[in-house]
Amino acid sequence: MAEFTMPSLGADMDEGTLLEWLVAPGDVVHKGEPVAVVETAKSTIEVECFETGTMTELLVEPGATVPVGTPLALIGPAKERPPAHRAPKEGKTTKTTKTTKTTETTQATGAAKAPRPPERLPSGPEPGTAAEPTPSAARPPDHVEAGPLVRHLAEHSGVDLETLHGSGPGGRITRTDVERAVAPRSDTAPPRVRATPRARRLAAELGVDLAAVSGTGRDAAVRAADVRRAAPTPAAPAPRPPSADGPTRRPSAERTSVTPPPRDRVKAGRRAIADLMTRANREIPHYYLSTTVDLAAATHWLHEHNRRVPLSERLLPAALLLKAAALAAREVPDLNGFWTDDHFTAAESVHLGMAVSLRGGGLVAPALRHADTLTLTELMGALKDLVSRTRTGRLRGSEVSGATITVTSLGDQGVEAVFGVIHPPQVALVGFGRVVDRPCAVDGLLGVRPTVTATLSADHRATDGAVGARYLTAVSRFLQNPEEL
Amino acid sequence: MNPSDALDMVRESISAVVPDADLASLGPDDAFREALEMDSLDFLSFVEVLAERSGVRIEDEDTSRLTTLSASADFLVARTR
Repeated sequence: MAEFTMPSLGADMDEGTLLEWLVAPGDVVHKGEPVAVVETAKSTIEVECFETGTMTELLVEPGATVPVGTPLALIGPAKERPPAHRAPKEGKTTKTTKTTKTTETTQATGAAKAPRPPERLPSGPEPGTAAEPTPSAARPPDHVEAGPLVRHLAEHSGVDLETLHGSGPGGRITRTDVERAVAPRSDTAPPRVRATPRARRLAAELGVDLAAVSGTGRDAAVRAADVRRAAPTPAAPAPRPPSADGPTRRPSAERTSVTPPPRDRVKAGRRAIADLMTRANREIPHYYLSTTVDLAAATHWLHEHNRRVPLSERLLPAALLLKAAALAAREVPDLNGFWTDDHFTAAESVHLGMAVSLRGGGLVAPALRHADTLTLTELMGALKDLVSRTRTGRLRGSEVSGATITVTSLGDQGVEAVFGVIHPPQVALVGFGRVVDRPCAVDGLLGVRPTVTATLSADHRATDGAVGARYLTAVSRFLQNPEEL
Repeated sequence: MNPSDALDMVRESISAVVPDADLASLGPDDAFREALEMDSLDFLSFVEVLAERSGVRIEDEDTSRLTTLSASADFLVARTR
């Protein structure tokens, strides 16, 4: 039996308030799936589960504020049915201690069927059917391997998840599986709504029924902006139809009842930033480097690109800068990782933290995960999505705490260079200023070129200036070859 | 499109992107991007919404004209004439 604890969502977090459970006891949960909504001093975050299993008991009620590390719930082996669900008659199930419960459920599993190794579940060829000896009518639908968004899509499309064969990792049902199941039945089921992928994602997030949205795109396809218009306000998604056993997400309008008033939130956020930055300045011996990057090629490429694509796929210069920063981090891994316990550990992937200022004050630096592997179009989409969720309070735990290196870009605020403070335990912070036309020597002549000042603040414990210099040189080189970004 | 409709459309498009924007206190010749603290992503969303609502194709180079409410409305009027 594992404990699901209040995670540390960043070095500045000591405690968190559990706002909402996204799962109920008995639900099968998967590694990486959001299971709870937690509020920290800085933001509201969807916390993902760290392992696959069955939620057996929720230990903390919504509204409670608890220190980091406090057990929030108990997670049992994947195929286990919680006592409350499988044997309500046995009586002694509810008020047992942790240890006796473990024994009991083990016995229950053994009684129902010969012992199965837990890893049998994800690797089985027909998850959800082969593993269940006697499918009973009362069985909760949650054992099907599918994330909440896929479930939601299935619900909308009228697809029974039980009938699908998952093609995802571990037999998980993916969005494609559901969409494929919808296609052949289109004469009987309600017709699939034409919509852009981004609109679909947004609709699922905001709880908007795509069928009820009138599309303004090509062939009346629903676009993201249509969804945004159809949503009551970006912060208050329409209530979803309540489902009996499935994870129900309450609209955030209800959630705000346990959310501190914005004023306190700003104050607490300020405090959290103050603590983290004080620690950074006290502990990290920063060194600073700066270079001016010629953006003529990148700007030209960007204009050409934007001329060719629809508005929704236009790129901002920020996308190129972020991609260059991510690729350079991959090339100079000594700057991409964490300083903990007096030594540096390089991260395996590049999760680019991105400083996002909040309306009304404050700062959050969520991560663009695997930024170095995204195409520019993907990165731009992820950037829009991440910024909008940062501001409406729907970030995930892995995004809030997972950054391996952070970028701050104050160009929109008009400054030409920014020398930032590193977010511990990271060891580097990259800064971009405003893109400005400057006189430059080009091929022995004076020319006027768009340029940006790229800076690096780095932790001298982890690296020396030569490494930092290699990093900025790499950023500059990537930006000279925008077609390779 | 007449100037008053165009102005309404600009205001609505801003509201769609910055829901809590105080448009009442925004003058027709105020630079709204600065006044409402819209960053480049907000501004791009605004351009997207405005283009979709008006049916006007807005190129990158046109966006430098969309600085104030009245300038944006003038732009829409000119393009839909």
